[in-house]
Amino acid sequence: MKYFRLVWAGLWRKKVRTILTMLSIVFAFLLFGLLQGINQGFNQQLQRLDVDRMYVTPRNGQADPLPISYYEQIKAIPGVKAVAPWTYFGGYFQDARNPIPAFATEARALFEVYKELEIKPEYLDAMEKTRTGALVRDTLAAKYGWKIGDRVPIGTSIWTQKSGGSTWYLDIVGTFGASAYGGGFPSFYLNQSYFSEAAAFGNHQTSLYVLRVEDPRQAASVASAIDTKFENSNAETRTESESAMMQRQLKQVADINFIANTIAGAVIFTLLFLTANTMMQSVRERTSELAVLKTLGFSDGKVLVMVLVEALMLCLFAAAIGLFLAGAVFTAPQLRAVLGALGMPTIVLVMGGAIAVGLALVSGLPPAWRAKRLNIVEALAVR
Amino acid sequence: MTALVTLRNITKSYTRGKQKVEVLHGVDLDIESGEFLALMGPSGSGKTTMLNLIAGLDRPSSGEVSVNGERIDRLSRGALADWRARHIGFVFQFYNLLPVLTAESNVEVPLLLTNLSRSQRRQRVKTALELVGLSDRARHKPGELSGGQQQRVAIARAIVADPTLLVCDEPTGDLDRQSAEEIMNLVQALNRRHGKTIVMVTHDPKAASFASRELHLDKGRLAENVARDAA
Repeated sequence: MKYFRLVWAGLWRKKVRTILTMLSIVFAFLLFGLLQGINQGFNQQLQRLDVDRMYVTPRNGQADPLPISYYEQIKAIPGVKAVAPWTYFGGYFQDARNPIPAFATEARALFEVYKELEIKPEYLDAMEKTRTGALVRDTLAAKYGWKIGDRVPIGTSIWTQKSGGSTWYLDIVGTFGASAYGGGFPSFYLNQSYFSEAAAFGNHQTSLYVLRVEDPRQAASVASAIDTKFENSNAETRTESESAMMQRQLKQVADINFIANTIAGAVIFTLLFLTANTMMQSVRERTSELAVLKTLGFSDGKVLVMVLVEALMLCLFAAAIGLFLAGAVFTAPQLRAVLGALGMPTIVLVMGGAIAVGLALVSGLPPAWRAKRLNIVEALAVR
Repeated sequence: MTALVTLRNITKSYTRGKQKVEVLHGVDLDIESGEFLALMGPSGSGKTTMLNLIAGLDRPSSGEVSVNGERIDRLSRGALADWRARHIGFVFQFYNLLPVLTAESNVEVPLLLTNLSRSQRRQRVKTALELVGLSDRARHKPGELSGGQQQRVAIARAIVADPTLLVCDEPTGDLDRQSAEEIMNLVQALNRRHGKTIVMVTHDPKAASFASRELHLDKGRLAENVARDAA
């Protein structure tokens, strides 16, 4: 600790260079924190997904719907505790610029599958009793000022009604808290039976089925039973866990894991040379100062450690700022609206700290070794 | 008086390219405790090499170097560093202060290698700066001080750990005449009033005149020995 001032002073010998190097490290770790934060955040969200929740989707891709007739057949398969159709409605409120994430479903079964949804039982009763009923996420209701009992017009560019109109008038019978996707997804549900009855087409189909198994250990056998049942039909199914389905869907967009690791790796690798160059220059410029320290009695080992500690201070201090900024970005409401309740996972902080230490040691070791090997007489003779 | 520093049959050679250059040829020297010795001689005569050997910065090619009865030519690099911290105070021609530290922090550097507490270190630094007459410049950085003041800080740094031997390499070489005289008066006072044993390398006969003994080196051999009245 008594050497701290000496090391700290050495670090700030060339302020502009130190600040620029520090900024490079800050931005590199900000990028690392954001990429890895998103990556790890998704992974953690996936791991947190219910292990006994499964999805039945069309084998040929989700553009092809599944027959609504599968509903009763899936319900009858042993091990299935609850199953609900999930039909993409994709409406909007008043204007197409106000999209509403609306889905047609069987509400009681759906809320049985999504245990994390918080809803009063009377709202489920009301939904069953009201053909044109709708259950709305509390945040969505608050956004548009909707209250229970309101009749809201939901427009759609897909599902015209048998009556010819494309505006569906739905009665809000209840609200619910939380969300199927971690708290940020503002869903809107209408009755599948009403949709099937009123839609001009596609009323015997659904986008997918979501189900809960009685025992997670039965998941594989239930999945196999469902897929076997509809094998060689016009609409073959693919039944998989929520986690597996999400991973597959994410990979269809991009392999986030690969992209995050590649970009972060390239940035850190570049940073390694930058930091090593800064440290090497710094030590070269201080050759005579280091020789003086050795003259005064600082051993080779002490000088080596001091240079390494200097590199550690530079890297850790800047990395901490970068990771802190990345953490702060995750709390931004705009980002939360897109990614939900993703935060900076602790593992990313630990990884960042470990990389900063590694960076400091690798970039600091060559100049530290040079300082250790410094010959006092030769160094003092060069002026 | 007893010899504090003893050099016996010292040779020192360096390899430059394929050539081996012998700088010192079988030098014998005794430096008494409390003595103020000036080493003089032309450039390349080997005086700085001899100073480096006495101070434990370098090792002889052959021969023995003893300080206070300890054979320092036999010490390992680590042990030699530790020995320097305990026994040697250095004053350089170009002061060699750390530019980012204040005067008091510079003076404190050798004490970081001791077991003294922070308050003890502060007290020692204060005393050393008072001794060189720079208490009012304690918070100044080297760049804010004149050459003479910087050399005073360097002297304070050299004496703060109360070393056995004070080694000065051209201490007035970068100073104007007046500052040089002030520095030499200070160095002489350290020898006469505080009993410090001092070995100084200089080109300057005026600076050498402050010493109690002058030794002249020529082509790696001791050539002339001039003793003065210590009073």
